[in-house]
Amino acid sequence: MRATLDRPGRQQRRPGPTSPPRLRRRRNRIDWWAIPMIVPAFIGLAALYLWPFLSTFVKSFMKVPVFGPGTFTGVDNYTKLLSDEDFWRALGNSARYTLLVLLGIPIAIVLAALIEQAAKGRTLYRVLFFLPVVTLPVAVGMVWRFILNGDFGILNYLLSLVGVPGEYWVADDRFTIYAFAVVGIWMGLGVNLIILGAGLQSIPVELYEASAVDGAGRIRQFFSITLPLLSPSVFFVTVLTIISALQMFDLVFVMLGSVNNTAIDGSKTIVYLFYEAAFVQFKQGYGAAIAIVLLVIIMIATAIQFRLQRRWVNYD
Amino acid sequence: MTEIELATPRVRNGGRRSPRRRSVSSRGQWRIHLILIVAATLMVVPFVWQILTAFKTSNEVASLPPTIVPATPSLVGFDTFFASVPFWAQFTVSATSLALRVAGQVLVAALAGYAFARLRFPGRNVIFALFVLMLMVPSQLFVLGQFDIMKELGLLNTVPALAIPGVFSAFGTFLMRQAFITMPKEYEEAAQLDGAGTLRIFWRVMLPMARPMLAALAVLTSLYSWNDLLWPLIVTPAGDNRPLTVGLASMQGQFGTDYPALMAGALICTLPLVIVFIVLQRQFFAGIASSGLKG
Repeated sequence: MRATLDRPGRQQRRPGPTSPPRLRRRRNRIDWWAIPMIVPAFIGLAALYLWPFLSTFVKSFMKVPVFGPGTFTGVDNYTKLLSDEDFWRALGNSARYTLLVLLGIPIAIVLAALIEQAAKGRTLYRVLFFLPVVTLPVAVGMVWRFILNGDFGILNYLLSLVGVPGEYWVADDRFTIYAFAVVGIWMGLGVNLIILGAGLQSIPVELYEASAVDGAGRIRQFFSITLPLLSPSVFFVTVLTIISALQMFDLVFVMLGSVNNTAIDGSKTIVYLFYEAAFVQFKQGYGAAIAIVLLVIIMIATAIQFRLQRRWVNYD
Repeated sequence: MTEIELATPRVRNGGRRSPRRRSVSSRGQWRIHLILIVAATLMVVPFVWQILTAFKTSNEVASLPPTIVPATPSLVGFDTFFASVPFWAQFTVSATSLALRVAGQVLVAALAGYAFARLRFPGRNVIFALFVLMLMVPSQLFVLGQFDIMKELGLLNTVPALAIPGVFSAFGTFLMRQAFITMPKEYEEAAQLDGAGTLRIFWRVMLPMARPMLAALAVLTSLYSWNDLLWPLIVTPAGDNRPLTVGLASMQGQFGTDYPALMAGALICTLPLVIVFIVLQRQFFAGIASSGLKG
């Protein structure tokens, strides 16, 4: 009885012409063509990612001279790191930068919602907001270094017109992280807008129509329909933003490092510290330890977000 | 990261405008446009300032109060840039490493992505889990080892060293697997009935259907490749075969305050990718929307 009931059910789930038994058996067989198709990707992954990852992990417990083999030194690199003022300062800088860049997300949500509602010019707006994303970060850093210059930057001139005294935004380490954050938000806005825009497009229009019938205004709709239904995209954007902000390197290098600005000492981020240790001072073991700590921080930050998402992310 | 990927909304129409949209009454439109125009202006002003500065002289740049439009438009900045940076050599390096990386990655990722999505073979899940795992690890964890490998192979300061690590990307493989796994199986079954083998089905049936995702992957990879700074900086210690990013950054060290030259250089090095973006915006948007930006 059960069997006869099961049969039509299964057939309903597979519409269209039923495949002959020979074919179905074929699909369950091992396909040896998979091996040559996988091999290039697998060798590349193993040699250029897995192995380097493991070697970085091992090196973080070693002292590695420029020439010759390294020696194991246990957790020396880590204890040195934890008592290194530069490391704590860099950690603080990266954390501050990350928190500040998160302010770009509410801006992106509002702008994405406005773009979706505009009757005309949506593509043009998207292109304009996206321009910083396709611009070389090196060029971005150079342009902003000029705009924020303390002596003849245009920002300080504009501030002086309204009577606000200017500061050395990119030469005084009290301000550099804020300068980086402004540039970081400006650079990241385009990506966030596209991801959030795709999320907005997947919200059914009927919901808005129904709530309009019930007399909900546009602000009300934004908070009771748009935000909850957009929350998976907002979550995704938040995770991406935090991961990439914790890895920020380019702006520090371009705006301070490569021009020997003395403000660099108080403005290093974790990845800048890693670069300097491993590839300028050639302390590979120490650099490896910084990289491992960075990985742990990113993993913790991401895990926390997945924990918290249950409270605010709405998967229908 | 899998969970997040799944949570991302798929872009069904490649980021194009959807036919059904909620419209705001035309009376409310001007307010929307007002805000958007102000915001868009803030986005564009740095570029405008960059272009205006590129055509000034360094004296004019240092004068107070600053001039907006160049008083006497000059090409001195461009001359200084071309005289101090081997532009065409570095452009060639950037372009060839980009081409190698994009072509290699699209091919490698499509082959592996298809196998992961549709073929049965021993260890499939374990190997795929390794790919996903590597997807979550930031790139700084790889560069030390990748540097050692390039050094051992004698490839430091060469174009292949710039391109090779990017050819093998867990991200690309993952993206292509997602693309193939969402395709209807009927096409493959029909081709099988016609007696086509695995390779033929992949090459003739599935790959053409995956073209939108291939384009998105190619475009995203171009973006990372053209803009990357850390890896080129590390792998070209001797200064040969440096791409434009590194060239531009090191020019800044020499001409730290010659802003017209710096702005001219920034403009010229940015322009190629901006032009590509304006031509292929849809692929850029589709790539970003379906994956987020991750190298």
